[in-house]
Amino acid sequence: MALLEINKLSVEFGSAAHPFRAVSNVDLSVDAGDIVGVVGESGSGKSVTMLALMGLIDAPGRVTADALNFDGKPLLNMKPAQKRQIVGRDISMIFQDALTSLNPAYTVGFQLIETLRQHTPLRGDALKQRALELLELVEIPDAKSRLNAYPHQLSGGMSQRVMIAIAIACNPKLLIADEPTTALDVTVQQQIMELLLNLQKSQGMGLILITHDLAVVAEVAQHVVVMYAGEVVEKSPVTEIFDRPRHPYTQALLASIPEHSKGAERLHTLPGVVPGQYDRPSGCLLSPRCPYVQDRCRTEHPDLYPAGAAVARCFYALDDAGRPTHV
Amino acid sequence: MSETLTPQSPAETVRPILIARELSKYYAVSRGFLRGHATVKALNNVSFELAPQRTLAVVGESGCGKSTLARQLTMVETPSGGSLNIDGTEVATANASERKKLRPKVQMVFQNPYASLNPRKKVGTQLEEPLLLNTDLTAQQREQRVREMMTRVGLRPEHYHRYPHMFSGGQRQRIAVARAMMLNPEVLVADEPTSALDVSIQAQILNLFMDLQQEFGTAYVFISHNLSVVEHVADDVMVMYFGSAVEYGTRQAIFEQPLHPYTRALMQATPAIRAENRKTRNRLQGELPSPINPPSGCTFHTRCPYANDHCRAVVPELRPIAGRLVSCHRVEEILSGSITATNVPKN
Repeated sequence: MALLEINKLSVEFGSAAHPFRAVSNVDLSVDAGDIVGVVGESGSGKSVTMLALMGLIDAPGRVTADALNFDGKPLLNMKPAQKRQIVGRDISMIFQDALTSLNPAYTVGFQLIETLRQHTPLRGDALKQRALELLELVEIPDAKSRLNAYPHQLSGGMSQRVMIAIAIACNPKLLIADEPTTALDVTVQQQIMELLLNLQKSQGMGLILITHDLAVVAEVAQHVVVMYAGEVVEKSPVTEIFDRPRHPYTQALLASIPEHSKGAERLHTLPGVVPGQYDRPSGCLLSPRCPYVQDRCRTEHPDLYPAGAAVARCFYALDDAGRPTHV
Repeated sequence: MSETLTPQSPAETVRPILIARELSKYYAVSRGFLRGHATVKALNNVSFELAPQRTLAVVGESGCGKSTLARQLTMVETPSGGSLNIDGTEVATANASERKKLRPKVQMVFQNPYASLNPRKKVGTQLEEPLLLNTDLTAQQREQRVREMMTRVGLRPEHYHRYPHMFSGGQRQRIAVARAMMLNPEVLVADEPTSALDVSIQAQILNLFMDLQQEFGTAYVFISHNLSVVEHVADDVMVMYFGSAVEYGTRQAIFEQPLHPYTRALMQATPAIRAENRKTRNRLQGELPSPINPPSGCTFHTRCPYANDHCRAVVPELRPIAGRLVSCHRVEEILSGSITATNVPKN
């Protein structure tokens, strides 16, 4: 049984009469010890999916799902008190901008201990001891004095380490990292990614890595989920997706990376932008931008169909050579 | 400045449009009440030449002085030392009217298109402003020029009367590029122009930059921390660390054989999709040191895997080796392979 099982998760905002579906029928499953990369451009629904999973979508946002099970327990209609036992302890999350995620009015030590006090039976000196251990675990130099530091006294990389320490404080089974390195410099990004991976491996956590950087996913994930305009458009093993993308959007996304067009004068581009609230097309959501669009794509909405080792939301999923399987 | 400070490349026979010589910028930083000021050397003796229709990429992490360099080049700030020559005119000795003539020649595109456009002015009005201030064109001529440029950067005519909030990030960056190009500048300074954009939009904007350069012959100073973008756009590359250039040469020289340990670390740290593009990882320790208490000797020694006592004591000079300029005491040993990051003889 998978650690996390999401089935047809949708999130709607706005009035009931004119709802906007930010996330539509997302299926996702994560096994213990697995790394799943969720990739997509801004507005594709990556973060909203994870916030819904954590129960962080406030009214008037509405979350619906056929199943939202963590470790065999349904999260969706759980009582808040019961949910607090799981969220923050067994599932925890790291956000993109560590400097704004930490509370500027409290010390690092206080914020670490707050989490420990909420979720563990530790009290008194044992709390402080554990907080110190955690800071050492995330390789913060001079950890003892950092316990009394305020967030503004830390660099971006250091604050992200503190965020990680808070997130792993209760040995979570599932860690959600939402763009954990996007705000960091490349050499620091490498340090933080290595730290995350080592912790993931040593603690056997499931890890959902949300990012727009395909290269990061290529290096660490086992499975890749590509999202576009609130939908999953392709799910594939990492060994497959970069060589044999099945969905035209995945193909275009890969082609637009400079690494892909080494030596070429121009980069490949996908014309247009991700559709917003008011200009969602009928039929396939990619149809106005898709180079392979057919009449059927403009009227009918595709499901996820098996294509090779992957599943892709396309009537004419691409073959091994990257051509659409027309007619 | 000696000949050697220019990277060897065939296109350098053209007269450079922009010459920076030992450009420096120091800031005074308060250390607190009654404790006087500390000096932060944000930019330290940076020299380069830029020819028309060429792109110089400036690479480095946050805090390395990239944006400070941009502010000197665009004459927003006065450098603390060194000289800047734009199209044959020395900026430092130029009088007010000469400076006024120089300003249109260097224009800038900023990182964040959500902050760099005026939310209260229509796109047409914003694009017209450079012409209003710097030319004698009539209102009708200005509108025509604006509309031409809008078409050129891929905006539609009806966008003329819209406000910036009605546009996506990619379109806003097109507006920012159009505004910078309105006066047909000789030099365009682009400070991280695509880092706020998604990859598919980044590709559109990079293509736009390349097309405009072909058409107008503009020279670019392209500031970025993304090495794969730099490899795509640059002719010459300058890697900066802690306010100084540590390696400067042609794109080919630097990407085929990076020599400075910092350049190597940057390249190794850049993730890649294709396994064959991945470099073996030697994790760089620590972060950028505090600019108020800079390290002695080579500023990189605190993080450098090759650092020895000499590096900790003596500041290395930028010197030519293997077709580029490098500031590293041990570059010969690195080049010959007698030391590697994992096998450093202690001395």
